[in-house]
Amino acid sequence: MVFLDFEKPLETLYEQLKKIEQVGSEGDIDVTEMLKELEGRIKNKRKEIYSNLTGWQKVQLSRHPERPYTLFYIKEMCKKFIELHGDRYFQDDKAIVGGIGNIDGQTVVIIGHQKGVNTKMRQYRNFGMANPEGYRKALRLMKLAERFNFPIITLIDTPGAFPGLEAEERGQAEAIARNLFEMAQLRVPIVCAVIGEGASGGAIGIGLGDRVFMLENTWYSVISPESCSSILWRSWDNKEQAAEALKLTADHMLSFGLIDDIIKEPLGGAHTAPEEMAKTLKKHLKKAIAELQEMDPDQRIMARIDKYANMGVYDTIPKDTEPEGRKK
Amino acid sequence: MGWFKRLKDGIQTATRNKKEAPEGLWYKCEKCKQTSTRKELKENFHKCPKCNYHVRIGSAEYFEIIFDGQYEVLFDDLIAMDALDFSDLKPYSQRLIEAKTKTDLNDAMAVGVGKVHRKPLVIAAMDFQFIGGSMGTVVGEKISRAIDHCLQHRIPLLIISRSGGARMMESAYSLMQMAKTSAKLSLMAKAGIPYISLMTDPTTGGVTASFAMLGDLNIAEPEALIGFAGPRVIKETIKRDLPDGFQTSEFLLEHGFLDFIVDRKDLKERLGDLLGFFHLS
Repeated sequence: MVFLDFEKPLETLYEQLKKIEQVGSEGDIDVTEMLKELEGRIKNKRKEIYSNLTGWQKVQLSRHPERPYTLFYIKEMCKKFIELHGDRYFQDDKAIVGGIGNIDGQTVVIIGHQKGVNTKMRQYRNFGMANPEGYRKALRLMKLAERFNFPIITLIDTPGAFPGLEAEERGQAEAIARNLFEMAQLRVPIVCAVIGEGASGGAIGIGLGDRVFMLENTWYSVISPESCSSILWRSWDNKEQAAEALKLTADHMLSFGLIDDIIKEPLGGAHTAPEEMAKTLKKHLKKAIAELQEMDPDQRIMARIDKYANMGVYDTIPKDTEPEGRKK
Repeated sequence: MGWFKRLKDGIQTATRNKKEAPEGLWYKCEKCKQTSTRKELKENFHKCPKCNYHVRIGSAEYFEIIFDGQYEVLFDDLIAMDALDFSDLKPYSQRLIEAKTKTDLNDAMAVGVGKVHRKPLVIAAMDFQFIGGSMGTVVGEKISRAIDHCLQHRIPLLIISRSGGARMMESAYSLMQMAKTSAKLSLMAKAGIPYISLMTDPTTGGVTASFAMLGDLNIAEPEALIGFAGPRVIKETIKRDLPDGFQTSEFLLEHGFLDFIVDRKDLKERLGDLLGFFHLS
């Protein structure tokens, strides 16, 4: 088990638990009572820690090395799934996966960022940072879904689009922009869920949908707290502060009207009970798809565009105090 | 023993009390460092008369250069709100006040409607002076409303980008402006109304990755920096030097992301020619 820094009290309790179990297994003393008591304490401690997570702690949880990723959810949710590869222009991006699957009788196209589960795979997956071909593969699969009237599910989990030299040459910005433009007009339902990190353009590049959900311990922001700290504070040390200032948690996002719902995670985070998490996620996705399928495609597209058109807050200068404009 | 005795050490004048050299008469080029008069500069479309460097001008100058005289500024009453109560080294609310005082602008974008060679055009132009031309809600909303205006009156749209990207102080609100502007632009395409994107120095981040790259025609001023990630970030990521001319307009043209590069003195002419091809009822 990997414990994050704010989980240290839990780690101590788990160590005690292990010791008692060992004593118990040696046979002489009955430890059932002690174990029960300790398990109760662990549960309470966990509740205590998790009922009050800061923004930064949620960022840490969203990056937990044992956290389930896209392919795990796909495997859990789909009876059958076939991964499809390549953007048909350049190559197959390993940081975005996608394919066609079956969720309880409904054919869907699922696309998501994919991180690696160990050091070697993390490199192979480029840490979930996609290149332009990843976004273009995603768009190709979405167009496929549209052609055959399959709903689209996207799972978001990226520290950002890859800031590399070749990525620029091949048009990282154009690839993301194109996806936003095309996704706005897709004639099939699109349901998105942030399952880990939702960093900036790299996240929204597959994140424009009729419904957008966030798992409880994930974040969504215009920039990662580290980069924000380095730019605005001119130091890497203010990431906790930046995480608070960016108001990037699911609760914030819901209260701002920028996402549609929060999906509860098991106590202690998605990684403590991944199968249960997958079940909950599937339930939400299925429900959303069913609701969206009731709508007429044109209506759905208009509602989608209107939803995004209404995002943001601004003020207006009262007319009578308005300074002479630059009208000439 | 010297004749004069120094009473105080070093330079004592605080930065804020320093006397600035008078603005307004001379322009020293940022690129070639040569000097010309402001008048020469303006007559040369705000380009250095010596080396053709395109000075970073704002919306007002573009309106002046492109429109046939008369134009009307739209949606100028929109102003940013500090909805997140954001504060880094300075509160966002204070940054906004300072930017307004410094630039005499309401935000990083202005929308104008007028005519170019007697053909109607809506121009949404960014002002880099205002918090690095960053895209917050106001920029997104102005583009959104400009598009509504274009759709309603069937007028082509020109967006002039000059921006460091999304405005961090508006966090996810600014991120969603990428989705908002791109989604709204899809309506223009559907309605068959042309949208021209002009990228100028610099155009990066969330602006490039949304409306700037989505023109029916993507054009740029010469030698502008255009990209998704900033050069410094890329250098840190790949741990090697970047080739000369990387992320310039010329680089993008070569890689197939621009239709053409236009010198500012030809801008109006080219726009007029382009608009002449489209017949909107």
